[in-house]
Amino acid sequence: MMLQQQREVDAEYLLFQAKREKAFLTGSEAVAEAIKRANVDMSVGYPITPQSEAMQLIGELYQMGYLQDYYRAENEFAVMASIHGASLGGGRVFTSTSGPGTLRAMEMFPVWAGARQPIVCAFMCRGLSLPPSIQPENIEMGMLLNTGMIMLHAETVQDYFDMILGAYAIAEQPEVHLPIGVFADGFFLTHTRESVTLPPSDIKLKTYNPSAAPVPCFNSETPPLRITRDPLLNKSNAISYGANASWHQEILSASIRSKKHINRYIGGSLETENPDAGIMIVASGTAVSQSREALRILHKMGIRAGLVKIKTIRPFPGEELAAATARASLILVPEFNAEGWLSREVMASLDRNSRVVSGPRVFGGMTMPPNLIVNEILSRIS
Amino acid sequence: MRNLFQVSAAFEDIMPAEYKSLIENGPFGGDKGVTDLGTFKELLEEHPLCAGCGLALSLRLILASLPNPEHTIIVGSTGCSALAFPQAAVHNIHSLFGNQNAVASGLKRALSLRFPDVVKDVVVIAGDGATADIGLDMVMHSWFRQERITTIMLDNEAYANTGGQESGMSQEGAVLNMAPKGKNFSKISVPELAWASGCAYVAAVTPANPRKLQSAVRRGILAARETGSSYIQVYSPCPTNYKFKPNQTIEKVKSREKDGTYQVREYISDEAQLLFDRLEEVKNG
Repeated sequence: MMLQQQREVDAEYLLFQAKREKAFLTGSEAVAEAIKRANVDMSVGYPITPQSEAMQLIGELYQMGYLQDYYRAENEFAVMASIHGASLGGGRVFTSTSGPGTLRAMEMFPVWAGARQPIVCAFMCRGLSLPPSIQPENIEMGMLLNTGMIMLHAETVQDYFDMILGAYAIAEQPEVHLPIGVFADGFFLTHTRESVTLPPSDIKLKTYNPSAAPVPCFNSETPPLRITRDPLLNKSNAISYGANASWHQEILSASIRSKKHINRYIGGSLETENPDAGIMIVASGTAVSQSREALRILHKMGIRAGLVKIKTIRPFPGEELAAATARASLILVPEFNAEGWLSREVMASLDRNSRVVSGPRVFGGMTMPPNLIVNEILSRIS
Repeated sequence: MRNLFQVSAAFEDIMPAEYKSLIENGPFGGDKGVTDLGTFKELLEEHPLCAGCGLALSLRLILASLPNPEHTIIVGSTGCSALAFPQAAVHNIHSLFGNQNAVASGLKRALSLRFPDVVKDVVVIAGDGATADIGLDMVMHSWFRQERITTIMLDNEAYANTGGQESGMSQEGAVLNMAPKGKNFSKISVPELAWASGCAYVAAVTPANPRKLQSAVRRGILAARETGSSYIQVYSPCPTNYKFKPNQTIEKVKSREKDGTYQVREYISDEAQLLFDRLEEVKNG
């Protein structure tokens, strides 16, 4: 397949107005379809299951001419460092990784946020070692909660496509300019096929304009001369501490400012079903789909329950969640990890958090049958 | 390009004297070199490094040797040199400890995409710990990939900024922190690793011979523009951690050259040699 001529369009047109056609795609293929339309300059990859296929497909896009540069780096830390360098040079970049790769690269993520870079990275979550597991699990998300990056969690293949494109639109807002991690539960999303709708592939996002960035990039075209750490490193005085602290605060503020753009480009931080129900399930990622099945089973049993799908883990929509669960007397948080990071976020956001049941949780490769959720609810209301 | 640094008339009365001096009498334009030191406004000034610091001297000479300072982006790493760069009038990226060559790889590629017709030099300047220890995999892989970047190691044979620990570049037997019984393996031969990894130009030099150092920096940068990766190692002894007097730095360098424990050397690929010959011809008319 050869490169087709692509017209640059607004993110709004690409995401919402362009006529969409049906396709039947795996999550990995949906990532490539999103990047095909994202007008990315450069991508760097490193193989790890279950992410490898997506980055191979990006390589094919490069071979066809949709990206201008692409290579397989020496490890994930080097991938994230190279992407950081390319973004400092003013390029629009993309990469992805999974589980142990995420942890190997960990030192770079706060650097992206601190350097105020609109990097989009797809995380295809899996288990870590030890005990070793390549199976679906999203424990790594719990470890990335405090890196300064915006975190979106996809439930479906459609979400993954839309969120990756939306992520560029959100991240590149001058008042945001933060990295965005777009997370999916590995295998469940990456390796299963779903029906999706896609805008045509002859349109793409507008070219990234680095001169609109809140901090100048390193291309020696625009004064002032810069150092990435400016006054912030190793000066033992109050001015340095203040500059460092205010820089941190600005990262947090930028994350809060992203909310209106999150509303605009991915339709808000959360979605609610049956908001007036006394029993609410709060979930993110594929646990949402399992919860939808649980609602269906409960409905047949004559039990009314509701569901809150959380789409943005950072910034965490605490106030919106509190409003959405205000009438609930029982709140369940099913998760695909041993630690229960989402339930802690939920509990920290709600009053009367004794209403929150932290679970059911599955990990180590286990699936989450809807009946697990149903039985948990039945045991609490009987 | 000098125009880029011109001060807007409206700001002339409030711009610092140092900035104005850089514009009026700085090295931009690339016609200044180490033999002009003392006659122009240097890129580095008032650095906080120790008295007699070999690294500071090397850095001063390297910055004076840059052929294209206004289009040069320095990628650094954690270490003593990172304390000097806030005082340098040159773009400097200090990301983390050891990732400098990976950052430089991405940066150089993005700049090549965005400015295909402008020469943008990406130069890594990092210490021996960053280059030979924690970042060695990324340094060598950037060479294997033939990234168009120049890597300069400021070799003070220790982790100086953290208080004088032994590094892979310390000499065998050196007693330093974390090697209380003496280092038990030999100094890593990074120039030979660079040559075996496919660098087009490799040099080991010292600040005791500024002209030679300048020639190596310029050759390294020119080779990186046109042929492939280049590596320059600069012995920059540390009086603070090796406990010699600050006024003995150059003596220290010379004695190491004399006893053969620091050998100045150069490796040039055929392609790079052709390039240097051609540029010499052009220069000599």
